[in-house]
Amino acid sequence: MAYDDSSDPFPTPFPTALKVLVAGGFGVGKTTFVGSVSEIAPLSTEELLTQVGADTDDLTGVELKTSTTVAMDFGRITLDERHVLYLFGTPGQERFWFMWDELCRGALGAIVLADTRRLENSFSAVDFFEQRGIGFVVAVNEFDGSFRYDPEEVRAAIDLRPDVPVVLCDARIASSGIRTLVTLVQHLLTALPVADAADTAVSSGVVPDDGAA
Amino acid sequence: MTVPTDGPWLDDAAGRLIRPYTVSGGRTRPTAELDLMSLVMATGAASEMYYGPEHSEALGLCQGPTSVAEIAGHLRLPAVVTKILLSDLMDSGAVTVRPPHNFDNPSDCSLLEAVLDGLRRQL
Repeated sequence: MAYDDSSDPFPTPFPTALKVLVAGGFGVGKTTFVGSVSEIAPLSTEELLTQVGADTDDLTGVELKTSTTVAMDFGRITLDERHVLYLFGTPGQERFWFMWDELCRGALGAIVLADTRRLENSFSAVDFFEQRGIGFVVAVNEFDGSFRYDPEEVRAAIDLRPDVPVVLCDARIASSGIRTLVTLVQHLLTALPVADAADTAVSSGVVPDDGAA
Repeated sequence: MTVPTDGPWLDDAAGRLIRPYTVSGGRTRPTAELDLMSLVMATGAASEMYYGPEHSEALGLCQGPTSVAEIAGHLRLPAVVTKILLSDLMDSGAVTVRPPHNFDNPSDCSLLEAVLDGLRRQL
């Protein structure tokens, strides 16, 4: 059999593939972020994601299931000979939010990019990861011409929990993006004991308020 | 109409001139479950089956462990079509696949430490 899901059938030469999501509102710099930290030219593909009908109540056995194609950017960072990190930019359009569960499966954590001129565009991403117990950091992408806010002001504006890091970054600069990823992994390491909350949140199937007008 | 040297043949008004599912022979489901992050690698075994140029191109892209997402990106084909091509290659023994690591054990401290070390080396 060429495919096996058991724990360790592949001693060599396959590395372990890991995933981090880069989320945030439309036009916040997700593609730029992924492209600048990636060691390969940024690529994109279209993936077919499943929407399970959320509005149907008590129609057991006839759940509505539809699929939609969404485009997503991704990049790669080879960490060492045994670990490869993939970054996926989540679809920014609000109407695709319900499909994030599929994208989130198996992810280490997420970076929520925020634009201080349109901070409200980050709210739904923050809600989404909070509700599912997925570890994330908020990275304020410092656009030219945007007013520079203190990270604590941003935290207050988003109403973030005190333990979630807020960092400033420039999505165009690789080292800035890598530092943001370092902050994320450090945060995940410190947040280890809350793992149980994640499982219950994921299974509750809560769909974030998509905030679309 | 533009005739590109690489990538799909596009018509300004009509879009792709060759529909994506043409290369999969109209099939819409791969025979094996593949994730965007599944790693695929050519085994070097000669396949007795000849599928098509896209299959050959896909095979050429995975001489080392390569993710399904990357192969799809390079082929400029939707992921689902790429998965069909790759599952054909799996069935013929031309490639072997490793599913992605699911981070379902968030207390895997050593894994996070390895990621952290790897990221710091990038700086």
